[in-house]
Amino acid sequence: MMARRLLFIIPGVVFCILAIYFAVGLTKDPSQLPSVLINTPVEIFQLPPIKGRDTHGLASTDFVGEVALLNVFGSWCISCKIEHPFLMSLKQTGDVPLHGIDWREPDPDAGPDWLKREGDPYTLVGDDPDSKGAIAFGVTGAPETFVVDKKGIIRYKHVGPMSPEVWKNVIYPLVLSLRAQ
Amino acid sequence: MKIILTLLISVWMALPASAVEPSEVLADPALEARAREISADLRCLVCQNQSIDDSDAQLAKDLRLLVRERLVQGETDAQVKEYIVSRYGEFVLLTPPFNSSTYVLWYGPPVFAFMGLIALFIFFRRNRRSPAQVQAQAQTQAQGLSAAEQRRLEALLDHEEVEK
Repeated sequence: MMARRLLFIIPGVVFCILAIYFAVGLTKDPSQLPSVLINTPVEIFQLPPIKGRDTHGLASTDFVGEVALLNVFGSWCISCKIEHPFLMSLKQTGDVPLHGIDWREPDPDAGPDWLKREGDPYTLVGDDPDSKGAIAFGVTGAPETFVVDKKGIIRYKHVGPMSPEVWKNVIYPLVLSLRAQ
Repeated sequence: MKIILTLLISVWMALPASAVEPSEVLADPALEARAREISADLRCLVCQNQSIDDSDAQLAKDLRLLVRERLVQGETDAQVKEYIVSRYGEFVLLTPPFNSSTYVLWYGPPVFAFMGLIALFIFFRRNRRSPAQVQAQAQTQAQGLSAAEQRRLEALLDHEEVEK
């Protein structure tokens, strides 16, 4: 008799467990994908500079030697405009080199014009019209910011605009600890 | 004839259009067919429930071009997919891979269907009457009502009439 009762209870229990599991899944933001590239070396890539810059663009070799940030942006990207004043203040402090990938500009002047207007916080900037650089970093949208350690290994990825809070609480402590290694 | 033509055209128009632009198409039809097949199974990271073959997103377009470029360089279908998975994770594959983390996904439905079949089997077996029971019922039917049953039936019918 006990076995028969169990037979009726088990499907209900299984249903409840599944319902809770799926309900939790529904609360997650599907655009926040975990990066598979954390703790892997930066893929070998080379991007030309954007128009009007005398630096050499951006290549994977630029990430070897010191801890650096990489910011993927575009003049078309509204969140990047929100993030920009923070990046400018970051440049002023000089705490860490910030490189940029100028992603998918509608024309070669759009990125340089935008940086002229808003200010240019980047040490090096690569032009990425066909997403080669963005795909190398597994980028799905702009802005995204990566922390790369001295050996050129990706250590952290921040999706969306960086804020002073994220910088103070997460990224700067990480940069300091990576530098100490 | 007109009706058939109209039907055919409307059915054709209802098919999902591919987002591949004419300028993206490879000259070699065999390579292009492989590219189409690969991109139909790669998830667009911007509009996540579309394949990159269906999506008009810019990133999807660049991924389609990347797939074609790698095929032209002589990579196998598996190598091309492997590269994109290495950048974006197994999430980009619209057909989930078969490995230890997806056993539940792949085996789950058949296991549940099998359990359902077993439950049905048990249910029907339990409800089926034994030959002895069937025989007993047939006997009662052949004998008709006993005198006592006949009286009870009449009483019931009378009672119903009174109520009306």
